[in-house]
Formats: sequence, C-alpha cells, structure tokens
Amino acid sequence: MADLVCKNLSMTFTAPTDGAVVEALKDINFTLKKGELLSVLGPSGCGKTTLLNMIAGFLNPTAGDLTLGDHTIEGPGVERGMVFQQGALFEWLTVSKNVDFGLRMKSVPASERKKLVDKWLDIVGLAGFGDTPTYQLSGGMQQRVALARCLVNDPDVILMDEPLGALDALTREKMQSLILELWVETGKTIIIITHSVEEALLLGQRLFVMAPRPGRIHKEYKLKFASQGLKQSLRDIKQKAAFAKVREEILTMIWNMEEEIMGGA
Amino acid sequence: MLEWISYHRADIAAVLILVLAAVFLWSVYYGMRTSRLRDKEQVFGDPERTSGGWYWAVCGLTTILLVWFYFSWGLARAYFPTAANELCQVAKVHEAMSPIVARLPIGSRYFKSTDLVVRNSEQLEVIEADLPEGVFTPAQTRDLRQIMVETRELIAVYSDPARVDGAVHRQLANIVGTLQDLTVRVQGGVDNLRPALRPSSAALAQTPWGVGDEEIPNLPMTARGVLFDAVAQDVAAVSEDFLTLRNMPPEAARLIAQIRGDIDRIKAEIEADTAASAEITEARGNYVKAVERIFRRLDDGTIFPANILNEVNEAVAVMLDEVARAKGSLRVVDALFMPGFGVVKTRTICIEQGSSRWLPKPTDVVAKLSLLANPNIEEGGGFKGTRLLWVKWLAIADVVGFFIPDGVVDVLPGGYGTHDASGGFVPTYKDRLLALAQGEVNLGHVPMLDGHIWDSLFRVLVALFFGVLLGVPLGIYMGVSRFFKSFFDPMIELYRPVPPLAWAPLILTIFGIQDDGKIFLLFMVAFAIMVISARTGASGTQISKIRASHSLGASNGQILRHVILPNALPEILTGVRIAIGVCWGTLVAAEMLAGTTGVGFIENVARTVSDYELIWVTILIMGLLGLLFDLFMRKLISILIPWRGKG
Repeated sequence: MADLVCKNLSMTFTAPTDGAVVEALKDINFTLKKGELLSVLGPSGCGKTTLLNMIAGFLNPTAGDLTLGDHTIEGPGVERGMVFQQGALFEWLTVSKNVDFGLRMKSVPASERKKLVDKWLDIVGLAGFGDTPTYQLSGGMQQRVALARCLVNDPDVILMDEPLGALDALTREKMQSLILELWVETGKTIIIITHSVEEALLLGQRLFVMAPRPGRIHKEYKLKFASQGLKQSLRDIKQKAAFAKVREEILTMIWNMEEEIMGGA
Repeated sequence: MLEWISYHRADIAAVLILVLAAVFLWSVYYGMRTSRLRDKEQVFGDPERTSGGWYWAVCGLTTILLVWFYFSWGLARAYFPTAANELCQVAKVHEAMSPIVARLPIGSRYFKSTDLVVRNSEQLEVIEADLPEGVFTPAQTRDLRQIMVETRELIAVYSDPARVDGAVHRQLANIVGTLQDLTVRVQGGVDNLRPALRPSSAALAQTPWGVGDEEIPNLPMTARGVLFDAVAQDVAAVSEDFLTLRNMPPEAARLIAQIRGDIDRIKAEIEADTAASAEITEARGNYVKAVERIFRRLDDGTIFPANILNEVNEAVAVMLDEVARAKGSLRVVDALFMPGFGVVKTRTICIEQGSSRWLPKPTDVVAKLSLLANPNIEEGGGFKGTRLLWVKWLAIADVVGFFIPDGVVDVLPGGYGTHDASGGFVPTYKDRLLALAQGEVNLGHVPMLDGHIWDSLFRVLVALFFGVLLGVPLGIYMGVSRFFKSFFDPMIELYRPVPPLAWAPLILTIFGIQDDGKIFLLFMVAFAIMVISARTGASGTQISKIRASHSLGASNGQILRHVILPNALPEILTGVRIAIGVCWGTLVAAEMLAGTTGVGFIENVARTVSDYELIWVTILIMGLLGLLFDLFMRKLISILIPWRGKG
C-alpha cells in the first residue's frame, strides 16, 4: 500500500549541441515501503538529484517504471512533497502564507487553513512566526518553514534534496532531530539526499550509496541509527564504534569513486 | 505687496543668497562631522554607507541654487546693483572708440592700412600672372599692364609720409590732443570734481536693474557713470572726425583719375567690339572687373603711412588703459560676478538677456512661473488659453462616451426610432444607448485635473496604463513559453531599438496631432519596456520555486499568478520606473513636434520666441515632475517589494 516502486529506471541526457549522450541513471531497481526513511549518498554526478527529480515528477525517465501505490508517476503531484536545499520559499509571502500555499491552491476554507498552519508551525517550532516575512528568517528557520509547507499538504512521500546542506553544524543537528521526530510522528515515507555521510547514517533507515557513470546503486545498507536517534542524542550515536565503522567504510567507498572519476578524466 | 516684492526682488535675492550660503556651509560642516562618525562603523564599499545623508541632499540643493544665482548674475544684481549700469557707460566709451581702434593695431596685429597694402599688392601680383593670352588686343594688354603699374604706384604714394598733406597732419594732431585731454579727464576721476557730477533726473527715474523689462538701465545713474557717459560722447565726436580723414596727396588724385579713365576706356572698347565671340567678351569683362575691384579698394584715401598713425595709436592705447584702470572695482565685478560674455553683448546695446548670460534670473523665473500658474486666463494667466494645472468639472457622460464606441450600439438587435405620423419622436432603447455612447446624457460631474501639466501627465499615465496592462502579461508569457518568446521576440526587438522620436513623425501623421497619436507613441515605448522587464523577471524565477509550487499542487495558471508574477514584480516595477522616465522624455519631444497643449508645447513656443525664462520654467517643471514620479515609484517599490535584494 503506497509503496514506492522503481523498476529498471534509466535516464539518459543528450546534449543539444554535440549530441553527446550521458547515462545519468541506469537500471535502478528498488522498492520503498510506506514509512521507510531512505537516505541517498554518492559523489557528485552520480544521479542522486536526477533520481529525486524523477520521483517528484519533474523529469520523465527514458526507460523503466516508477509507481507510487497504484499510480504510475507522471508529473509532479501533491502526494509527493519536496524540500529543497535553499528553502525555495516565496519571499513575498509571510511564513503562514508560505505554509498554506498548497492549501490555498486547493481552495481549502480559511478557517481550516489557519488550523492546519498553526498546527504545523507549532510542530516545526515556529509558533508565533506566522506573520513574519520569510526573508527575515535565519536559514534553519527557513528550512522549518519549507518542512511545514510540505507537510501541511499531507503527502505520502517527502523528497528532500540536501535539505540541510546550507546550515551550520549546530542548526543542522537540531534539524536532523526534527526530521527524525517528524518521520516517526507522521509515518511518512521520506527520501533524503545528502552529501554528508554522517547525516545519511543518522537519518537513513535504508541507505543507498550511488556510483557514477552510469549512475547506479552501488551498495545498500540497512541501518539502526535512525531508530536509536529517537531515544538518544545524535552526538552519542556518532561516538559509537559501529557508527564510525560504517562511516569509514562508506567514506572510503566514495573516496575511491572520486579518485576513479578524477583518474578517468 | 506683490509690487513691493517685485520692486525689491534684488534685495530679496540678496537675503536669500546669504541664507543659502549659510545653509550650504552648515550642511558641509554637519555632513563632514557625521561622515567622520560613520566612517568608524562601515568599510568602504558597504552599501549601507549610502543610506541616509539628507544633509548632503541639502548641500546639493543649495549648491544648485547658488550656482543658478551665480550664473544668472543674481549675485552681481544683489550686491553690486549699480555695477551693470556703470559697465554700460564704460561700454559706451569702447563703442565710441571702436571706429578708431578698428584702424589701429589694438586688439588686432596690424594697422588697417598695412592690411590693405599687403592684401591688394598680393592680389595685384596674382591678377598680373593671370592675364590671359589671346583674349585682349595687344594694345589693351599693354594698357592693362600699365594700369597695374599705376595701381602699385598709387599704393606707394599713399604710403609715403613725405607726401602726406599738412592738413592731415594737423587734424591728426588735433585728434591726439583731444584724446589726451579726455585721458586726463578719465584719470582725474569724479571725487575731486567741482561741481560734482550728478546723474540726470531722467536717469534716476529709471527702473533699477533687474526689475522691469529694460533689464539694465541705459542712462548713467552714478557720478562715475556720468563721467564715462560724457567721455563717450566726446570720443564719439573724435571718432567721427577720424573717420572723415582722407590721405589724398595731389599725385594720388592724378593717378586715380588716370587709372579710372583707362579702365573706362577699355570697358568701352570691349563693349564696342561686337565682332568678338561671346566667350571672349565675357573673359575680357571678368578680367577688367577683377582689376577694377582692386582699384576700387584703393581710391578712397583710407591708407595712411604707418608712422603717421603712431601717435594716434599711442594716445588711444593710453586712454583705453586709463579707462580700464578707472573701472576699478568694476573689473572685479565684471570678471567674477558676471560669468558669460559680459554685460555688453552686441557692443551697441547694454543687455543681459540672450546668450551673454547663461541662465535666467531665479526671480524672473519665479515671476514667470507664478504668471503661468495663475488659473485666471482672463487676467493673463495660463499659457495660450490653457491653465498650467488646475481643476475642472468633468462630465461623467464624456468619460462613459469615450469608452463605449458608437458602433457597439449599432450592432445591438432592434432599430433606432423613427418619427411617427404626428411628427413626434419616441426614442427606443437603442436611441438612449446611443446617447450614452455619445456622452449626451447627464450623469453628473466629477472634479478633474486640467491644464498643460495635466495634459502631459495624462498622456504618460494612459500610455503607461495600457503598456503595463498589455506588456506585463505578454512579457510573462514570453518568459515561460517558447512559442511566445520566439514569436514575439523579433517583432518587439525590431521596433524597440528605433528611437521613439523616429517613430513620432509616422505615428503623428497617422493618428493626428491630438492626444491619441502621442498616447500611442508613448504606449509603444512603455509596452516594449514592460515586455522586456516582465520577461526578464519571469524567466529569472528560480526553478526550485517553480518545482516547489508544482509539488504543492498548484496549476499552471496558479503558478503564473502566485509565483511567477510576484517573482517578476521587482523587475516589473523597475520597468515601470524606467518607462515613466523614457515616456516623459519622449512625450516632451513629441509635444514639441506637434500639439497645442502640454509642457513640451510651452517650451516649443518659448523656443520660437526666445523666451529665456519660459524655457527655463518648462525645464524646471519637467525636472520636478520627473523627480516626483521617481520618488513615488521608489516609495511604491519599497512598499510593494520589501523583500527585494533579500530573497
């Protein structure tokens, strides 16, 4: 029920100038069950963002099928919410107007909108900021608005494209906890793309390490740190030997891939 | 009250200048002090350093006004009220002296006589070398050569001091003596004269400088002026004597008579020779005419031996030096406070209008402006029967009629009324609608602006309204659609680079010189700018915002309305700001081309009659209105898009 199934998914880009063909993704296969939290890691150019954009419906795959539940994904939809690296907030709107954007587009009555906005602002820790213009918020607060804006629409899947990439270490850790909390509370399926190995390990129930040329899933991990992170502080988890071991393994893996790219180039 | 102000305008200006200078100095002091304080807070290049600074605006404004007062001779008028009148009297001396000076190496390099000798000798050589072969008979050729020899002789006779008549010597000595006497008189000044020199009552009755239309009163109003005026009259008499002086020794008179006789004889021969071909006759005639032309310049006895004029030269130079010295403080006032080409423009009239002074007086401009702004046309207010800016009662029906074309009524079902058998007429609903469309019903009146300024403003605003209304949607579609971009791009990019004024003759020819032509021209300008700015704004929307709104379930139309439009708003408003400026510039030029109302029309009329003040007033009005537009837009931008530069 509402599983995200990815079958033989391939994506090739053809450069309009010289006709050069780039295989961004080749034969991706996975099934993500409802409520799973998947983090995706990989060196630059391995097609992480392309994969996410296809799931979001911004790109059409050249081959293969993408289905969410019973529906084939053809274009963007409200059941797949998206959080971008730089908020992508509407800076001409206040916080609450940003959050209820989706509801307004669906013509949800004002009273109901207000209830939902207040609820979600409270959950992401922005209660009382409803009338603040978004450009006056800090980066961390802007990402909270982006989260609330996505969640208020009640999507089945939340797609996050390096959502915490632009934040400082402390804010980042707080936001990681927030994402974990939200995941547990809402039971949403979440796919999070990140550059940070630690973040991928901390948040991901499952973790794909992707490799470039052609973009593919190089290795999959099943991790327990995310469920631990709900009870313990994230910093304690990072101290654990098991954590460090996987981290080093993945770092070496990505390091070797980068070496290969540089050597090949 | 107004008369008092008008009469004392120079005094008022004097006070005003003092106030302005004080404010200027204060603003410089305050500004520098504040700058020192703020320099500690901000590094160079920080845009914050441009915030605030109203005191520098005050400084800039007072600078402009002071520069205006300075270049309009307001400073001279305010603080040296008699200077211009005195300079006029000095100018009279120079003017009276000018016929003498023209013949002497003062202000030029050579005596006029030297010039005449050199130039005519050169031309004689040239014409001698040009004597054509086989045109004249041998006898004529000989005669012509003889004429040239005699002409040279004539020049030599004029230039020989030994031949100069005794009477000429006496007259020159007389002139030198008079000039020396006058020099002593100028040297003596006015302070020790008994009885003291007094300006005439007629002179004192003149309107002071800068009050009436006369500008600078011409009769001397000070003792020094009276002296210069009197000296000028005497110099004029001397000049007249000098001009009548002729150097005509008997030998010269003999040569002149002989040359004239020879020339007349050759001319008669040429005329009598009917056997010669037309070309030959013409060639002969031309050559003889050239010879005669040189002779004519020499037969009036105005060439004098150089050393004969030396004494006059000396006397004039000494006198002019003395006059310059006697000007005293006037020299400083003239050099420092009357920038431009000086009081005397034409050497004959004392005048400060025209190009001698670069800017019209602020006081005159204010007077002109208040005259223009007077809404009472019967009392001479307004301009060419239209007020500058006022309120009128506008019939609402006229507006309604303007917006409903008559044709709309025609296509409605039903027919217009016809007269019935008894000669009566019962209007149908179509008749009533037609009356409405033609503005022939009474719907009441609303107050409306009126006048030249409003006419200009109205044209800009209407054009801008339609430019925004049509340009923004098209621009936004061009920013998001390949078809719209590629289809409309060539059209707009072809007509946009053409300067609006190049379109003006065409548009005005098609639409006529009334409002619609100008509005259409301005609409073209505004439309292109709005399309381009809206397009830039729309295509500059971050893709993540678009994707986010897709994921939030927004439809394409909603994305256009709620994401792309607000995102393009900063560019659109910047576009409006630019469009207002360009429209304003184009409008004034278009009004100068054709039309009967508007600020540009006023300036065009002012130009044709060289009304300095009026030109300046229109320039000021345009500048101020442009400034108001821009301030309004800046305020609007800061209210509408507070997020600008912070997203």
